[in-house]
Amino acid sequence: MAMNLEPDEPATHDEARRTFLKQSSLLTALALVPGPVVTAAADGLDEHVVAAFAPTPLTLKVNGTKHKLTVEPRTTLLDLLREQLHLTGTKKGCDYGQCGACTVHVDGQRVNSCLSLALMHEGRDITTIEGLAHGDKLHPMQAAFVKHDGFQCGYCTPGQIMSAVACVREGRAGSEAEIREYMSGNICRCGAYANIVAAIQDVQQGGQKV
Amino acid sequence: MKTQDKQIGAALSRVDGHQKVTGAATYSAEYPLPGLAYAVLVGSTIAKGRLTGLDTRAAERAPGVLAVITHLNSPKVPGFDTAGKDPSQPATVGGPLKVFHDDKIRFNDQPIAVVVADTFERARYAARLVQAQYAPEKHQTNLEASAPQAFLPTQARKNPKSPMADYQRGTADAYQTGALKVEGEYVIPTEVHHPMELQAITAHWEAPDRLTLYDKTQGTLATRRDFAREWNLPEANVKVIATFVGGAFGNALHSWPHESAAIIAARVVNRPVKLVLTREQMFTMVGYRPYTWQKIGMSATADGKITAITHESLGQTSTYEEFTESTLAQTRMMYAAPNLTTRYRLAALDVGSPIWMRGPGEATGAFALESAMDEMAYLLNLDPLEFRLRNYTDQDPEKNRPWSTKFLKECYKLGADRIGWSKRQLKPGSLRDGEWLIGYGMGVGTFGAHRGGAHASAQLRPDGTVLLQCATTDIGPGTGTAMTQIAADALGLPPAKITFELGHSDYPQAGTQGGSSTVNSVGPAVQEACYALKDKLRTLAGASQPAFAAAKKEDVQLADGYLTLAGAPATRVPYKDLLKQAGDAAVVVEAKPGNEGQQYSMYSFSVHFAEVRVHELTGEVRVSKLVSCADAGTIINQKTAANQMKGGAVGGIGMALMEHAVIDDRYGRYVTKDFADYHVPVHADAPAVEVLFVNQPDYHVNALGTKGIGEIATIGVAPAIANAVFNATGKRVRELPITPDKLV
Repeated sequence: MAMNLEPDEPATHDEARRTFLKQSSLLTALALVPGPVVTAAADGLDEHVVAAFAPTPLTLKVNGTKHKLTVEPRTTLLDLLREQLHLTGTKKGCDYGQCGACTVHVDGQRVNSCLSLALMHEGRDITTIEGLAHGDKLHPMQAAFVKHDGFQCGYCTPGQIMSAVACVREGRAGSEAEIREYMSGNICRCGAYANIVAAIQDVQQGGQKV
Repeated sequence: MKTQDKQIGAALSRVDGHQKVTGAATYSAEYPLPGLAYAVLVGSTIAKGRLTGLDTRAAERAPGVLAVITHLNSPKVPGFDTAGKDPSQPATVGGPLKVFHDDKIRFNDQPIAVVVADTFERARYAARLVQAQYAPEKHQTNLEASAPQAFLPTQARKNPKSPMADYQRGTADAYQTGALKVEGEYVIPTEVHHPMELQAITAHWEAPDRLTLYDKTQGTLATRRDFAREWNLPEANVKVIATFVGGAFGNALHSWPHESAAIIAARVVNRPVKLVLTREQMFTMVGYRPYTWQKIGMSATADGKITAITHESLGQTSTYEEFTESTLAQTRMMYAAPNLTTRYRLAALDVGSPIWMRGPGEATGAFALESAMDEMAYLLNLDPLEFRLRNYTDQDPEKNRPWSTKFLKECYKLGADRIGWSKRQLKPGSLRDGEWLIGYGMGVGTFGAHRGGAHASAQLRPDGTVLLQCATTDIGPGTGTAMTQIAADALGLPPAKITFELGHSDYPQAGTQGGSSTVNSVGPAVQEACYALKDKLRTLAGASQPAFAAAKKEDVQLADGYLTLAGAPATRVPYKDLLKQAGDAAVVVEAKPGNEGQQYSMYSFSVHFAEVRVHELTGEVRVSKLVSCADAGTIINQKTAANQMKGGAVGGIGMALMEHAVIDDRYGRYVTKDFADYHVPVHADAPAVEVLFVNQPDYHVNALGTKGIGEIATIGVAPAIANAVFNATGKRVRELPITPDKLV
């Protein structure tokens, strides 16, 4: 795929810069630009592209398991979970932090994983929907969602549940109105809102540890 | 043996609930196939014209890129040359966009290239490097501006009996001469389905002539048929898997360009390819509820009898496909108007094709009709509920046939009592709570109780459990759960002993999940498959135990490990003997409707009552209470059915108060691109909806007595809210959504 440019192709700004890099002495280049860019120049690739793609080591804990990974800087936590770790319980609904389907816990806090670059989480403890139950025993919030039918298609459900657990832990589940307000970052297009609120109230009032 | 509790009507928790709450439910973009590649679409930036140049070199050079496919290098898709010529597919005239087929641009963001790479990030980056040059042509994306070119749909031109043809009973446009009349124009803007799951497909050519698709679709068989046809393959060579569908609301009733693109891409790179649309792309290429202009004129006598209604509709479609929907159906059959005229027209715009969105045209039409009913009641100084009762029909005034069942009056009463309708004042603006004006409104919904043929298989397994299969899908209503309940009653087994599998095109065939028809159609197939299985087991048992051969099939019971007879528990044959004897204790059964549809008019009905609070200074509207009451026949599952009704009501709140896909006609491009601009109801917008069911079976539809819920859950909600806003403020908003600027 690293094809050479045709000789008669007009030079763009980036190409001019590449030519400049090639012509500069290696020492100068090393002093001025990071390693991947030099490699890019030598390979005839766009240095911006390669620099952006440079994989970086990352260590994080997901659902209690420590992972040593190599991640591109632009990979979101959501795409890391879904595409590299195959934890597809965390859903992509908008990729803009507007729907909440991708909600996970980072060190216990609810986070929209689509708005969060994976590399920002070095050493962090991530919990996804797959890590919420204790073996076969559902987390009380999961059980309450089943009992109250707090879903239809099920796609927003992992995000709703992760958000609901955090909502209770934050002490923001004191009333129906408060729950609605503090759950409004999680959209359910099927419209199972009333049942989701009932599930959260059930857990909150049940006094179970969340 | 103890007779087990009846499962039909129980509030069984969903059979797939555990999977949905643990993240184990697998949707179409979640199959980790070996060698999976990622595809990202590049869309056009003009609405109409031709591609004159495409520079893909930078994208091709970018790291990880496997292919950049455009109309210049796309492999030939054999079906593109014959598409749209199959008379067995009359739903739309024209056909889906033939992606990468030519240089023509038909709508803004039309896919012009697909970039395939080894990671998603690399594909997304490289997609940005594709450069296109265009020869733009003058486009038209504004419906009102296209009104002079409005046309009668082709099917109506060919067939004057088509439901899209002009309709008349009594005198045409007789309302014009009425002494007491209302006249109004109503607009519903483009609304987008926006299921939470983005449209996604994983396409895998398992062999040069065998294709497997993990696809977001409401119909595994329709999708199989479409892509088998595109690639000129036998249908048996195409597998479509949709085990879980993350909502759809209609937008997976059709085959779309991104699906074709992913299949082409997988063909080119010879690897499985996953393609997930962005939320922005969900506005442009996977359908929407079409922008629709309507006009209603209605006349009535002073004592509240409607004398005439004229209802006209102009909806948008694309230039390459003629999309129609039943916007005017409810007007023709709901009220006993002796003079009635409907006219349905389309205008073709330079946009992607629309597709039915929950409630589809009926919901659009009901907004106009039920608003007009409220306007007329106000003119007559009548309670809107009383006005509807005075125009109640005991038979279908359109087809002059009896209703199969109609319990709408019962719905009116139940719902009115629950919302506290007696608190409503005739004079708008009479009720307030501080700065909040309070109003009450109602809206009626109806939708055909459609039933199609369906197949289901039932198989006894050695452990005494029964496996049922059907190609139907479950986009959220809880199909698997309802079918498990139906099977439990038919077999006399607890639900835990039944597994219902769906969402696979290899399973026995059923129609697409749409038009509130799944339980009506698949339910009887499941029931009959269970009866047939019991009868097959009885026959097998009869070979060794003559008592079975002589037994009535309803006396046959499935017990723990044995087949036995009611009242004679000692008469039994172990399952393992039966299975040894049969090899495969399985049956496949087809259940089809008879000619009931010709004898009766079969409809589900609903009424929605809304209480709204409107802030008198800011114009903010809060729906404080919603009561939805449905005559939907037998309710199979109280819990999931009520949930479906609540969801439809929430969809109606979106329709009434917030949903509006805004297009900038100068560029023919949507300016709403995500949930920050296109608002859908969130938790804070959704009241606790109270749901009531009449729960009276309609055995004309099927042996279960079901009529369907999905559409009537939303049809009539938006006008109920609009009418409540009028009752609160005296302001009649005829153009949705009812945003604060229209009230202050």
